[in-house]
Amino acid sequence: MSAVEHAVKPSRWPAYMDIVQGATGLFLVLFMWTHMFMVSSILISKDAMYWVARMFEGEPILGKPYPALVSGFAVFILSLIVIHAFLALRRFPATARQYNTMNKHIGNLKHSDTTLWYVQVFTGFALFFMASVHLYQLIFHPSNIGPYASSDRVWSGMMWPLYLIMLFVVELHAGIGIYRLVIKWGLFLGDNPKRNRHRLHVLKWILTVFFLVLGLATLGAYMKIGYEHAHQAGERYSPSWQDPANAAHHE
Amino acid sequence: MNTIPVKQVEAGAGEYRKLTVNIFRHNPQDENSVPHMDTFEVEEADSMTLFILLNEIRENQDPTVQFDFVCRAGICGSCAMLVNGRPKLACRTLTQELPQVLNLAPLPGFELIGDLSVNTGKWMRNMSEHLETWIHNREQERDFCELEEKMEPEVADKIYELERCVECGCCIAACGTAQMRADFVGAVGINQLARFKIDPRDDRTDADFYEVLGTEEGVFGCMTLLGCDDMCPKELPLAQQIAYMRRKMALAEV
Repeated sequence: MSAVEHAVKPSRWPAYMDIVQGATGLFLVLFMWTHMFMVSSILISKDAMYWVARMFEGEPILGKPYPALVSGFAVFILSLIVIHAFLALRRFPATARQYNTMNKHIGNLKHSDTTLWYVQVFTGFALFFMASVHLYQLIFHPSNIGPYASSDRVWSGMMWPLYLIMLFVVELHAGIGIYRLVIKWGLFLGDNPKRNRHRLHVLKWILTVFFLVLGLATLGAYMKIGYEHAHQAGERYSPSWQDPANAAHHE
Repeated sequence: MNTIPVKQVEAGAGEYRKLTVNIFRHNPQDENSVPHMDTFEVEEADSMTLFILLNEIRENQDPTVQFDFVCRAGICGSCAMLVNGRPKLACRTLTQELPQVLNLAPLPGFELIGDLSVNTGKWMRNMSEHLETWIHNREQERDFCELEEKMEPEVADKIYELERCVECGCCIAACGTAQMRADFVGAVGINQLARFKIDPRDDRTDADFYEVLGTEEGVFGCMTLLGCDDMCPKELPLAQQIAYMRRKMALAEV
């Protein structure tokens, strides 16, 4: 291709970037919600959470747990976050003037979808750091997942303040993001887009509140177990099917 | 959709509210002019629109207040302004739907002519020339003696629906993206290209549209803040048109 042709030909990059930003965002939201359901297995029982943790380490298929699988998956998720964050950065206000314009605009307009975008910008920015800390921990200590190991990490390892803030940040960001993504590409709006958009908005808030409540209950459960287990921090849980005495003692 | 829903107000003389109207004043032509707000007191009347209110102020209180209007029926699109921070057409806004204190300001994002009057025409022409918002037909010369090709009524209806845009500029004033990035073509531009895209008389391919719209000043710059869709005085389905063009441009072969 000649230099002139190259200069004249429109670039596909804006399209690719928009698609990849949306696709990584969608995957991360669905992953994060699934993750929340898995983590909340502690609300059923310690045995349930133990089983879920070993399942993700491949035990049911491979015969014994391989925590490296968790590391690998965490690396994959972190790279998606990096790509998503890099692409989303294009949308951030970059100069004092742009921030000033946006502040005035939002203050004037009092329009919820515009205001929610600002929330998305700030929660997104916070997630650069919070998600990185969380994932770094998982990538290098993948075997520290279990009813006691996780609880010790949360309580004795002082991770609960991070998790508590990150819960709100991530749920807001994900809920707003997936709602905006659906409207952005014009999906599920049927023959009455105004009404259906309103319904999606309500659904988005229901999901956010649901996951916040589930998340708070789950974090509370880990904190409680971690607090009670603090004097034996580091000891691993053995499930009741391996250690019937343990079941009687702990349940 | 263009008629003002008139509610019957039952009130005797003197029972109407006294409205406090703060109007942005500035004349950019005058070096000594300092932007400021002027306050006027106006007694509300039955079915009073902002357009009527502004005329009363100009008639009885201050003949120098500048604002635009032509049709006073929501068709010309010249009387758009910020009413308590939100873009609206003055002629289609009833004072009874507004609080007692009104703040009127010119539409942001456009060149100020003076007070509430802005040069939307200049912006729109710029956008139109950039996006080429007219029919592109390969036919060299039309034979006007021949019958035009028929168009399906459904297609004609669809085109007409989008054609209702009056270029008032409310979608630009309501769009955070356009406010933040001045070269963004906005809902008005994207909607107009969607209108030509569904028009069978326009020969342009998706690749042709991509050339002008497949950028971050075009459809991929839209951050779906949805101000345009919620504040369009003509209630055009702008979010759907942007989504439609986004899908087409994402799949376009260039």
